[in-house]
Amino acid sequence: MNRQLRENIAILLLRFTTYAIVGVVGYILLDIIRHGLPVINWAFLSEMPRRGGSEGGILPAIVGTLYLTLGTVAIALPVGIGTAIYLSEYAAPGRLTETIRLAITTLAGVPSIVFGLFGLGLFVLFCQFGPSLLAGSLTLACMVLPTIIVTSEESLRAVPQAFRQASLALGATKWEAIRTAVLPYSVSGIITGAILGIGRAAGETAPILLTVAAFFLPKLPGSIFDQVMALPYHLYILATQHPDTDKVLPLQYGTAFVLLAMVLGLSLGAILIRVHFRRKYKW
Amino acid sequence: MGRDRVIQIGFVGVASSSILVVGLIFLFLFKEAAPFAKHPGLAALLDNQWIPVSFQKERFGILPLAAGTVLVTSIAMLVSVPLSALAAVYIAEVAQPLEREILKPFIEILASIPSVVLGFFGLVVLAPLIKQFFGLNTGLNALTGGLLLALMAIPTIVSVSEDAINSVPATYRNGSMALGASRMQTIWRVVVPAALPGILGAVMLGTGRVIGETMAVLMVTGNAALITANPLSPVRTMTASIAAEMGEVPFGSIHYQALFWVGIVLLLITFGLNFVARRISVRYGMMR
Repeated sequence: MNRQLRENIAILLLRFTTYAIVGVVGYILLDIIRHGLPVINWAFLSEMPRRGGSEGGILPAIVGTLYLTLGTVAIALPVGIGTAIYLSEYAAPGRLTETIRLAITTLAGVPSIVFGLFGLGLFVLFCQFGPSLLAGSLTLACMVLPTIIVTSEESLRAVPQAFRQASLALGATKWEAIRTAVLPYSVSGIITGAILGIGRAAGETAPILLTVAAFFLPKLPGSIFDQVMALPYHLYILATQHPDTDKVLPLQYGTAFVLLAMVLGLSLGAILIRVHFRRKYKW
Repeated sequence: MGRDRVIQIGFVGVASSSILVVGLIFLFLFKEAAPFAKHPGLAALLDNQWIPVSFQKERFGILPLAAGTVLVTSIAMLVSVPLSALAAVYIAEVAQPLEREILKPFIEILASIPSVVLGFFGLVVLAPLIKQFFGLNTGLNALTGGLLLALMAIPTIVSVSEDAINSVPATYRNGSMALGASRMQTIWRVVVPAALPGILGAVMLGTGRVIGETMAVLMVTGNAALITANPLSPVRTMTASIAAEMGEVPFGSIHYQALFWVGIVLLLITFGLNFVARRISVRYGMMR
């Protein structure tokens, strides 16, 4: 076999492998869209489930997931941004910084079900919040913290040093320089991080299994100490615990579609925001 | 100056909260698990059977669960590592610039599909296929779980390996080509060996993700706590045991404590993997 032919075969093999992966991703998305989209209508999105989820809509699951993710971001965002500001603006290389970074990578690698155990032990039992929106949001907030820190820090570091120096040279204190000359230009990265965090919190099942999710609860939550239904948990229940899983298959696809659309929509939004701001600020 | 100092100390406090959370995770896992060490004693965890509910004698051996995790993880890595490595090489070295801009984010979509949705897909599409292909009674087994987990590892391994291959200096390629090596010789004998530490780190991150994955394996592995190497046998992983059983145990019971020990073992494994992966990437300057 001559050399050129062998080269071409090798390249073909690489290309085939890559596009096979792409094909599988496409097939999964298409399968969910093909079977899920026809189920979606206004009643499905706006009605209470009936008869243990066999009929009716998924409104409480949508609202539950919405509240959960909002609670998560409200807790994780301030802490995440604060940590990112410290790491990018204040931290000197040393033991404390190294420990903080190790803690962040450790958090990023903790399995989601272990977060569930932790939330059960600390928030549900020790703090006596019970299975509730509050306990679930706190647990998810711990989980998405690394995502928010890493993306925020990256965007803070992308602001040129000259901005800080100019501000300091005009007599600003360090905090004033950060607040007026650095933070405004890293908003896009921070929003991106927040959205990615929301996306992750919205799709997770394992941490909420033990801390907040309700099997079947056809009413909307009234306080942060209430249990809620959530989309991923609802899908899990319909697909595995329902007495007649085949009959409710369309409802499963519908729920999967809504969840997927929500999560992928958020990721897409994050990408668009990044592109928009990258065009707006060029230095 | 005083005010600035206060603000700085405030930021140190906020930034330390990550350390606090990690500390609290270890603390509360051990706190809930601790009574088990007195009665029935930690040796009970080394039993070779996991029968948490029984009329005669409950048994809390983590080994069958660990065996399930090892089997499913091995299948997932066996499938995902070669595929991801080839795809990373293609995207970094062969693809056109525009093609690269589209391929990488598209494969990364896989990472943002919620695991319960992938589990659902496995349950209604993949499991029936496996059942039919091998002529089994049920498609819920280690192979189905492993294949599904491979899908979850692929985006991590592709993305991080591609970064590693990209960070190999262009002078390496130019030097190799100038000496008369072909494109493939350059890729496999110069570029990939140079990026190997980064690729290894990527594989470890992917492994960590696979070991910790819960919902997908819970839904498709059949959940039988067996020690087996047969990929067509149902298995029960450590994560799936926690998720499936925690909802039904009385709080504070021995079974409850045993599940927290399973959580501790999981935490230590993923902690170790991440620690080594981080050391590799810091050492070889792969950290972005």
